Amino acid sequence: MAILEVRKLYKSFGSNNVLKGIDFDLEEGKVLSIIGSSGSGKTTLLRCITSLETADKGSITVNGKMVFDDENHHKLTKEEIRKNRLSVGLVFQDFHLFPQYTVLKNVTLACELQAKKDPQWKQNKKQILADIEENAKTILAKVGLSEKLNAYPCELSGGQKQRVSIARALAMNPSILFFDEPTSALDPELTGEILKVIRDLAAAKMTMVIVTHEMAFARDVSDHVIFMDGGVIVEEGDPEQVINNPQQERTKHFLSRFQEK
Amino acid sequence: MTIFMLNAAGTVSFWTATKTLAEGWLENCTLFALTLVFALPLGLIITFGSMSKFKPLSYLTRTFVWIIRGTPLMLQLMVVFYVPGLLFETPFKNRMLAALIAFVINYAAYFSEIYRGGIESIPKGQYEACQVLGMTKSQTFFKVILMQVVKRVVPPMGNEIITLVKDTSLARIIAVAEILMTAEIYTAKGIIWPLFYTAVYFLAFCGILTLLFGFIEKKLDYYKG
Ligand SMILES: Nc1ncnc2c1ncn2[C@@H]1O[C@H](COP(=O)(O)OP(=O)(O)OP(=O)(O)O)[C@@H](O)[C@H]1O
Ligand SMILES: [Mg+2]
Repeated sequence: MAILEVRKLYKSFGSNNVLKGIDFDLEEGKVLSIIGSSGSGKTTLLRCITSLETADKGSITVNGKMVFDDENHHKLTKEEIRKNRLSVGLVFQDFHLFPQYTVLKNVTLACELQAKKDPQWKQNKKQILADIEENAKTILAKVGLSEKLNAYPCELSGGQKQRVSIARALAMNPSILFFDEPTSALDPELTGEILKVIRDLAAAKMTMVIVTHEMAFARDVSDHVIFMDGGVIVEEGDPEQVINNPQQERTKHFLSRFQEK
Repeated sequence: MTIFMLNAAGTVSFWTATKTLAEGWLENCTLFALTLVFALPLGLIITFGSMSKFKPLSYLTRTFVWIIRGTPLMLQLMVVFYVPGLLFETPFKNRMLAALIAFVINYAAYFSEIYRGGIESIPKGQYEACQVLGMTKSQTFFKVILMQVVKRVVPPMGNEIITLVKDTSLARIIAVAEILMTAEIYTAKGIIWPLFYTAVYFLAFCGILTLLFGFIEKKLDYYKG
């Protein structure tokens, strides 16, 4: 069974129909890239899946658990929505790190708050906190930030900030990690370090959905590519196929504009 | 009330004046401290009211804030002090209490607007980052948002609190025996200088507060944003 199932997803803001029936599946351990022009609804799609927005119609299932389903008319409680969010991670374009906390605390904070709900918390507090810190340090080492554990976000470069934000998402141990243009806020020479981190994650079989304008990267790293335009999936398939040899006019047009840049 | 000790020549010694004024100053300090104790938390409650998604509550709160900020504190003092007497024929016996009520309401309204400005200046992304990390609303507010708000409101709060120091003198209008009223009793006897001398008390106190807020700002300067 697919780890992520999106069915006939619709979302509009007022009279602006942003998503008009999005349908796709993602298998565990695979990497999906979503490309498409500005305003095509890529961010909105990620926000619906991560419950930052509520879709209007359709359904979303993560790991077999219903995240959104208009047909069952079963309204999720706030607590259920919160629990669902634990199975997905989202890396924002502009990081949104917590400025008042150190790098390490940025990564451990949500885990600690979550651990407080654990029935073991009272007896085992010290051990649990130590484990969380150990885990955070391991993840930060993987993204190359062992030297920066006690730095504050304002002391980091954009690339380092984005690596902290990836570590922060990973620490929650999500089933799927979503990236919304993770390199768009970075200077071109800093994008490489982020792409390398994502490549490492892909090699470790992390399930990921990446919205990106880095075509070469999307082609190299992903197992599947979706091209979106005007709120629908216009073309999808093998990365080589979609990016090097697109079939649809709209895809060709989009990609040709890309090569001009 | 203090017994005013004038010497034979009808003048007052520096130390006697200092001591007498200090007694008035104690009233200013009491009003200042108690106003802060009650207005700081009350302000936060008003903020939550004015930011409430329940529209009637938010309109009501904002109208209240508009009235309080749109009328002179001196008038509010008189209203609190005289109106209960006019309505129920039970005039306020405790002048300090009347002054305190007016001050707390007035300053809570101002503080609430500063808090609101602070809370609304926190980028939406901070809330969203917390949401996707599975934090609850109260965890988000207390663990992530609050500290950032504190940092942002310290400078305007410092300003407002220094204004409060000087405003405590307005309590004189309902005859709270604060420092200016004390000094005026000398003035009535033709001795002017104690009136000017009161400035020293205000300056010294505001000086200390300025240092204190400078220190707090420095403490919070370990991060930016
Ligand atoms: N909160 C919102 N309220 C109203 N309209 C919105 C909102 N969020 C997005 N939109 C609209 O939805 C449309 C799609 O936006 P979205 O951000 O999903 O596009 P995108 O594909 O991510 O574009 P980009 O490549 O520029 O990031 C746009 O027309 C945008 O104005
Ligand atoms: Mg976007």
